[in-house]
Amino acid sequence: MRPPPLLDVHGLTMRFGGLSAISDLSFSAGQGEITAVIGPNGAGKTTLFNCITGFYRPQVGRLVLHHPDGSALGLETLADHVIARKARVARTFQNIRLFPRMSVLENLIVAQHRVLMAASAFSLAGLLGLGRYRRAEHAAIDLARHWLDRTSLTSFADTEAGSLPYGHQRRLEIARAMCTRPLLLCLDEPAAGLNPRESGELNQLLRGIRDEEGIGLLLIEHDMSVVMGISDRVVVLDHGNLIAEGSPAEVRGNPAVIRAYLGEPDEPAVVTGAEG
Amino acid sequence: MEYFFQQVINGLTLGAIYGLIALGYTMVYGIIGMINFAHGEIYMLGAFISLIAYLVFSSIGGGSVALALLAALLVTMVFTALWGWVVERMAYRPLRGAPRLAPLISAIGVSILLQNFVQIAQGARVKPLPPVIQGGITLDLGAEIALSISWLQIVIFLLTLTLMVGFTWIIARTSLGRAQRATEQDMKMAALLGVNVDRVVSTTFVIGAALAGVAGMMVTLYYGVIDFYIGFIAGIKAFTAAVLGGIGSLPGAMLGGLLIGLTESLWSAYFSIQYKDVATFAILVGVLLFRPSGLFGRPDVEKV
Amino acid sequence: MEDSSPPLIRSAALAALLAALLALPLLGVRLVDSANGLSLSGRPELVAWAAGGVFCGRLIIDLFRRWIRDFSIRLPVPPPPPEWTRFGVGWALALFALVLPFLPFADRNLVDKATMVLIYIMLGWGLNIVVGLAGLLDLGFVAFYAVGAYSYALLSMTFGLSFWVCLPLAGLFAAAFGLALGFPVLRLRGDYLAIVTLGFGEIIRIVLQNWQDLTGGPIGISGIERPSLFGLSFKAVPPEGQTGFAEFFGLNYSADHRVIFLYFLILALALATNLFTLRIRRLPVGRAWEALREDEIACRSLGINPTTIKLSAFALGAMFAGFAGSFFATRQGFISPESFTFIESAMILAIVVLGGMGSQIGIVLAALLLVGLPEWFRDLQMYRMLAFGAAMVLIMLWKPSGLLSSRSPTIRLGGRA
Repeated sequence: MRPPPLLDVHGLTMRFGGLSAISDLSFSAGQGEITAVIGPNGAGKTTLFNCITGFYRPQVGRLVLHHPDGSALGLETLADHVIARKARVARTFQNIRLFPRMSVLENLIVAQHRVLMAASAFSLAGLLGLGRYRRAEHAAIDLARHWLDRTSLTSFADTEAGSLPYGHQRRLEIARAMCTRPLLLCLDEPAAGLNPRESGELNQLLRGIRDEEGIGLLLIEHDMSVVMGISDRVVVLDHGNLIAEGSPAEVRGNPAVIRAYLGEPDEPAVVTGAEG
Repeated sequence: MEYFFQQVINGLTLGAIYGLIALGYTMVYGIIGMINFAHGEIYMLGAFISLIAYLVFSSIGGGSVALALLAALLVTMVFTALWGWVVERMAYRPLRGAPRLAPLISAIGVSILLQNFVQIAQGARVKPLPPVIQGGITLDLGAEIALSISWLQIVIFLLTLTLMVGFTWIIARTSLGRAQRATEQDMKMAALLGVNVDRVVSTTFVIGAALAGVAGMMVTLYYGVIDFYIGFIAGIKAFTAAVLGGIGSLPGAMLGGLLIGLTESLWSAYFSIQYKDVATFAILVGVLLFRPSGLFGRPDVEKV
Repeated sequence: MEDSSPPLIRSAALAALLAALLALPLLGVRLVDSANGLSLSGRPELVAWAAGGVFCGRLIIDLFRRWIRDFSIRLPVPPPPPEWTRFGVGWALALFALVLPFLPFADRNLVDKATMVLIYIMLGWGLNIVVGLAGLLDLGFVAFYAVGAYSYALLSMTFGLSFWVCLPLAGLFAAAFGLALGFPVLRLRGDYLAIVTLGFGEIIRIVLQNWQDLTGGPIGISGIERPSLFGLSFKAVPPEGQTGFAEFFGLNYSADHRVIFLYFLILALALATNLFTLRIRRLPVGRAWEALREDEIACRSLGINPTTIKLSAFALGAMFAGFAGSFFATRQGFISPESFTFIESAMILAIVVLGGMGSQIGIVLAALLLVGLPEWFRDLQMYRMLAFGAAMVLIMLWKPSGLLSSRSPTIRLGGRA
């Protein structure tokens, strides 16, 4: 029933000094699915993202990304920019990381750096003003315009990214990630700081990305309305361990999850392996 | 062999002086994450002030060299501390929160300003001071090795050691030290919890400058010649020492200073004196590349 | 408001006291070198001057601030100039530079000074690629300038190559040096990078000073070949087989011809640097430089390899410094390590930063201010660097992001930028 896996996480362990942020974590995220990673603060969610996107190198475990052509890449050994380029994993950040002094459009063009760089032969063709580069740049602008439309930012295209309101910046970061044409989009708390209307629009945007682009989405989220509203699968972490995995409905009723969130001092704290 | 040990002694003396300057770099970097580029110039000011103060006190002091030196030391520390305070107050504090490069540029400006101020006020020529503390002891280590250590070298070691122990104690035990460590960890949070961050930063600069002043006095006595340009290269070496020891760590700065002093003196003795500064720079580059956290520093975890 | 005036006087008095204290040991007493050792001479009047100056200065600043506050006067904040003005100013400046040598007031001296300013403008534009666009703080830029100068001098002295052959070679050498130095150090954090580049700059200078056989040591290299214009010599007596410039155009020989020629040469080189930068800003590499300056982590998450991008900025900046260096060598006819000290690096960096990091015209203004103005006050040579240091601090305090810090996007959705 489940779609083919896009990302397989096997036995992932990440330690900082003596502290295990993630221990022996395994799960998979499917293609064309929205997988939410939830858990209390300090559960290891952002660390997981940083391992997937190559900002941290895990001590143990494998992260396999399956491409539609059947090839597979082990992310655990690749450098961050190689993961973004070759494995086509894009991400957003918990504290938005735009290029604040560049315009909105420039942010989206920079995201297409690799394509433009190839078309311009490391900028040489561009320096000489060759047509090949000009065509590539037009294509890049078209893609940027598409995502500006999708995120309703078209009218802000030429303003400085840093001067946009918070909610717009969040959307711009998603648009920028999409301009890299990813297979897997990792969103770190995309709804944080959004008002209910904005968060509703975000749900629509994310669903649209899943349905129209057919890519996999992995998101960390605290806002349960977002998690329950749009995710196909939910992965619950606590203290670096997987405590539940399944559909939103299954997870919602899972006693281990309730315990992790509310705490139950009489019960033993660690409950593992509640497979959905 | 005797030559080697003699060079080690000389290197350690030099290193103690670098270490004193390095303390200022390391404390300031630890607390506001800024390379205080003008710190070397404070040391240069210290050298000049101590020379002047010593000459003043020895002419009115009635012949006691020790008393004149002690008075000169105190005066030097007070005045360099004052300079350190003013520099922080005027050139750095208004730039807290400005773009990253602004305080560094401002510091470079201060450095050029101070250098040229002293050049104009005191002339560009080298200022010689005949040896003040003479004599020393000879250690007979057997095997026909006899080391001579001058009183001056002993004074430099003892003074450095005392200051080092004193400041480690301050940082570890007093409320000032606690405030300082809190500010180092998180300036905003410390301010919210009632730490007067401005005062803590000021104090850090004042202490660093006073120590650099001591180093300036030591170097005046040790080499007997100073000019307005000595701050630049000594500053870089002391910064290297701070990085080598692990920036932010006080014992690290001291140890780094000793290592740099040793390298310099042994390199000059056995390889080439012209390229001694190249050796220091090579260490700096090597440490930054292969162990950026230095000997005692904590590694940075990149925050994403 | 009456009751608050004593604090005004008091704060000024405190500042004056502080100034007097600071000045006391260094200004108040002068070390006098005489045959029988050091002695001291007092100069209490200087301390009084310092204190008095600070008292008045402080009072004026405070009064000014209070005046602004009391009358709630807003200092006018000029809106960022529209695009066309910047464009227009650029063209006007270029045009002015083109006709400058032929203006009535332009004597040889002025053209000479303008040449000097243009060297710094070119160096500033070169360093701007590294610092302003890519955000890499380089305190050792002068090293590449030196590499360019020495490459030209040595190539021309040893192999008898002409300036026009050596110019690109010098640029390439400098760029190669940039790559070699940049490769290991570019992953360092900003301020560490600054110190390491400073170290490299010093190493190069020390090597130049001590490698006697190659570089002539502290004495340097003299008698460097002057450039010719397509084989037309500017010498009074052209060498065998060459025609003189004056002779060819039927003019009377004048030493001014060479000065003017050199002026146009550096103008062309500088403008080429500028055009290159303006163009590359709109290309993927240029945008990646700026993106890297803004947020390296975000760049990495978009598949941009920071090392290659930084290296390209470092090498290109070095290349332009190399060009400028070989021009410097050919203009002076003489080079020595003394021309390549840290102060030069600081000066070029100050031009870029004061100009407002990334602004091409800002750099021109800053170079005029920092190099041009002091050239006219050569008599006050001693105070020149003092004022220079003070200006660096003051401008940072006044405008921490530089004189002209607004930025226009490199591409627009409506029409192409």
